[in-house]
Amino acid sequence: MTEDDILRQIETAANLDALEAVRIALLGKAGSISALLKTLGSMTPEQRQAEGPRINGLRIAATDAIAARKAALEGAALDARLANERIDMTLPAPQAPRGSIHPVSQVMDELAEIFADMGFAVATGPEIEDDWHNFSALNIPETHPARAMHDTFYFPDQMGVHGKKMLLRTHTSPVQIRTMTSQKPPIRIIAPGRVYRSDSDATHTPMFHQIEGLVIDKGIHLGHLKWTLETFLKAFFERDDVVLRLRPSYFPFTEPSVEVDVGYTIENGKRVIGGSDGWMEVLGSGMVHPRVLEACGLDPTEWSGFAFGTGVDRLAMLKYGMDDLRAFFDGDLRWLRHYGFAALDVPTLSGGVSA
Amino acid sequence: MKFTLSWLKEHLETDATIEHLVDTLTAIGLEVEGVENSGEKLAAFRIAKVLTAAPHPQADKLQVLLVDAGSGPVKVVCGAPNARAGLVGVFGAPGAVVPANGMVLKVAAIRGVESNGMMCSTRELELGDEHDGIIELPEDAPIGEPYAAWTGLDDPVFDVAITPNRQDCMGVRGIARDLAAAGIGTLKPLADVYRSGVGVVDGEGAAPDVATLDPEGCPAFYAQAVSGVSNGTSPEWMRRKLSAIGQKPISTLVDITNFVSIDLGRPLHVYDRAKLTGPLVARKATDGETVEALNGKSYTLDATMTVIADDAGVHDIGGIMGGAHSGVSETTKDVLIECAYFTPECIARTGQKLGLTSDARQRFERGVDPAFLEDGLAIATRLVLDHCGGTPSAITRAGTPPLTPKVIAYDPKLCGRLGGVDIAARAQEEILTRLGFVVGNDWSVTVPSWRRDVDGAADLVEEVVRISGLDHVVSTPLPRADGVAKPTATPAQKVERKVRRAAAARGLNETITWSFLPEKAADAFGGGSWTLANPISEDMKVMRPSMLPGLLAAAQRNADRGAESIRLFELGREYHAESEPLTVGVVLAGERASRGWANGKAQAFDAFDAKAEALALLDAAGAPVENLQVMSDAGAHYHPGQSGTLRLGPKTVLARFGMLHPATAKAFDLDGPVAVAEILLDAIPAKRGSGPMRSAYAPPPLQAVRRDFAFLVPDTLASDALVRAVKGADKTVISAARLFDLFAGQGVPEGHKSLAIEVTLQPAEKSFTEDELKALAAKIVAAAGKLGATLRG
Repeated sequence: MTEDDILRQIETAANLDALEAVRIALLGKAGSISALLKTLGSMTPEQRQAEGPRINGLRIAATDAIAARKAALEGAALDARLANERIDMTLPAPQAPRGSIHPVSQVMDELAEIFADMGFAVATGPEIEDDWHNFSALNIPETHPARAMHDTFYFPDQMGVHGKKMLLRTHTSPVQIRTMTSQKPPIRIIAPGRVYRSDSDATHTPMFHQIEGLVIDKGIHLGHLKWTLETFLKAFFERDDVVLRLRPSYFPFTEPSVEVDVGYTIENGKRVIGGSDGWMEVLGSGMVHPRVLEACGLDPTEWSGFAFGTGVDRLAMLKYGMDDLRAFFDGDLRWLRHYGFAALDVPTLSGGVSA
Repeated sequence: MKFTLSWLKEHLETDATIEHLVDTLTAIGLEVEGVENSGEKLAAFRIAKVLTAAPHPQADKLQVLLVDAGSGPVKVVCGAPNARAGLVGVFGAPGAVVPANGMVLKVAAIRGVESNGMMCSTRELELGDEHDGIIELPEDAPIGEPYAAWTGLDDPVFDVAITPNRQDCMGVRGIARDLAAAGIGTLKPLADVYRSGVGVVDGEGAAPDVATLDPEGCPAFYAQAVSGVSNGTSPEWMRRKLSAIGQKPISTLVDITNFVSIDLGRPLHVYDRAKLTGPLVARKATDGETVEALNGKSYTLDATMTVIADDAGVHDIGGIMGGAHSGVSETTKDVLIECAYFTPECIARTGQKLGLTSDARQRFERGVDPAFLEDGLAIATRLVLDHCGGTPSAITRAGTPPLTPKVIAYDPKLCGRLGGVDIAARAQEEILTRLGFVVGNDWSVTVPSWRRDVDGAADLVEEVVRISGLDHVVSTPLPRADGVAKPTATPAQKVERKVRRAAAARGLNETITWSFLPEKAADAFGGGSWTLANPISEDMKVMRPSMLPGLLAAAQRNADRGAESIRLFELGREYHAESEPLTVGVVLAGERASRGWANGKAQAFDAFDAKAEALALLDAAGAPVENLQVMSDAGAHYHPGQSGTLRLGPKTVLARFGMLHPATAKAFDLDGPVAVAEILLDAIPAKRGSGPMRSAYAPPPLQAVRRDFAFLVPDTLASDALVRAVKGADKTVISAARLFDLFAGQGVPEGHKSLAIEVTLQPAEKSFTEDELKALAAKIVAAAGKLGATLRG
């Protein structure tokens, strides 16, 4: 058999089994090339010198050709198998449920972030309050007309604690009192949380969220209040053209009291914060009333400070464009997915407080 | 508080524009809520004269008028029965919009005759209900002039929000005084405003027999009688003022009291003397005494309330509302005018108890000017004499109003210290003086009698700053601590944030539900500890004892809207008798996985989904989840066989989870299995702060060895107990033990189950020898054996 015959035999092996048969016929114990190799031993040195390289060459050529053919056949077999394993990759992948953060929580995180940069810590207090913390300590005695402004939810007299009438706090301001009576100035806190008033329409719900701010220090005046609110609103709405208008107002626990309007412009039929085409009431504030300081054991000739409060839900509505407050508390998944935030939309100063 | 521009100008000499007035009012703290000019919508309507009137050729009830509205005769078709030649009325030309229906007038043929506009009725112009005919004006009304301006309707109405501290601005005069102080004009002397005079009217005859027996509630009761009055219709100017601000004119006497109340913030009451029996006294009511008030309702009084009564009974809930019985009518001849001072605190308490508000209460509760009783009574008497006639009596002055003036020691520097704006002492003095304060040489400042709200130096700062303008306050940065802002969140707040975001990352949607529940919903969870005395509705009555009912109701609403898979959570407070613990509620309802090409049918949630959420959220909260024990007693609202608690030690429950009890699900109208979890964040022990440094660690150099053990155990044995026993067999070497198979059935004896556990053994210095492994296996089998487990052959 010539070398060409051998190589042709290998190359025409149709499959791995046929190739193995060819290998045995050539290189097996009784194979034709093995037989040739065995003849070398009985040759003369001269003959061996002539025949040796030829026969060895034949063995190497056959071995290489078999290896090459084997690789080719195996590759073809794999291709054929893979071709059979094709799947429609447009089929849907398994779906993981998509969770969301409520806009109120998101906005509270944004506020905490902004105020942390200004050195404000976050404080909390109970929602079921006594009337001393909610009213009396805030310079709102029982007969004060301001109590009527508050549409308070009360608990029956027999549920009083330590002889005090219990109610649902109408504002986050009692946290001011709890803070001032439990820690020494200087104080910078914000107090976000649920508050309650007996009121219900598209823009009022009997439960809503407020955030209270309080600063007590030496030499604090209205100018500090103005700066703080401007700085906060600019950061919150991420606009430099936020304009504030301060109006004298009345809250029993501040003196002077200031209502804060923020300017807006109309863009695509919606009110957008910034500019001054119109004014919207967003905050109530003022310098902490000397009587409130006294009620908390602070000397008003030594300490002064300011307090402010605003609706968290309302800030969310202004920033993110919801227009019905009631939907905030309905738990409608469609609404939550639309207005909610992704788990990793964590407000940060470096990444921006808006999601 | 409403008033018209012309009303304001009765007290204030000014030529300020409306815009300027609005801006100033708002800037000084009298927030303008709106300015409405009802004359504006009448601008296109002019006074016109009907020159001729002829029958319509095609219609019996119509006439063809020739009308002159100042620019020559035009033809108008009119159906009004009173239309006639010579009538002067109000004409709308083509293009004018009829206020009542928004119709734009145009030239049109009416039954074949061209009509060039419309003669209007009162109702069409929204000036009244009259629609029997067209408006008839006096013959001398100026033809062609705008009707609204001529009739005085072109008078803008201001609506101003008065904060509860400013009683003085519950009268037009007080507002004028504030505006004058702000430099917007000059306050006219009261005598110029009330041209018939303001001085005391010296009457004749006996002064009315009045007294106050309740100096606490009614320290002063002034009265004057007028006999022989005729109570008809009040003068045109008074009716127009009252109508313009939405007060319905009633009769001269009633209108006078309303007018003085709005003009001067001084409430009065007028009694019909014919209906009184004996002397009129201010006294405390007796418990259970009743009175029918002017609003037609009957009120039961108690001994804390001040009333005005005679021998026959109560005639007035003092300072709040008059009685129906002794009110004046068109037949009233002899009247008694009451001008009293009621103590604000008493008025507030009585008003709150009775749930009764009135214009008088609003004013007395805030505190009317105690120095204005004499003048108030004089003005009222003069108005009565002017417009009802009659003869005045002498005056009775029972009791004394509280007149001690308040004096405040003021330091003008406080304005800068507190108000953040430096205003010269002289300028401050001017502002205070214009507001009626008297500034002494030593800066002792006497508060005017009408400013009950001012009682400290901070109040004076407010007065100065608001009048000079808050826009002068310059933004001043708060001092900032050096360096990067320090973290401010408390450990509890960090836990809250992590848990919330972990839950959202796991596919749960955060909701916020009401803190209050219907009683029934609270009862399904053992009942609430706090029930509102005055809920807004029965659905919002009991403070939630658990996070779940609100979430279940939300889940049910979503299911009703067709949601297939519901994963809700809420992080909030539960309201217990003694605390408001922060809790996470999780509700899983509907499909865990929807049907799919790969996984076949939809799958429902099971108790292990709830367990997984509970563990994941506890982990996010930093709870030692590895050390938690699963125990029973999740609560009555759980499926008793498919629920559990996760506890740290035998007592501290950190979470409850499982399937909702079918009866509870039914109570919330939820179909199908519902898995729920409650994570009690407040029960998690606080982590000890150890700084950022971690304990030292290097991964073990040798590979861990895994061995599987299958045990036969009684089927009542909790698998968790077995896993713990196995793991505890050698605490140094066994690094993990995990249950991977549960089997009962063929080959497993009745009453038993087979549990297979994969144990991970971590060699330290050198690999395990066969003998060591055998010894470890023996230890494991022995530990399991203590629980009645036998190695499965």
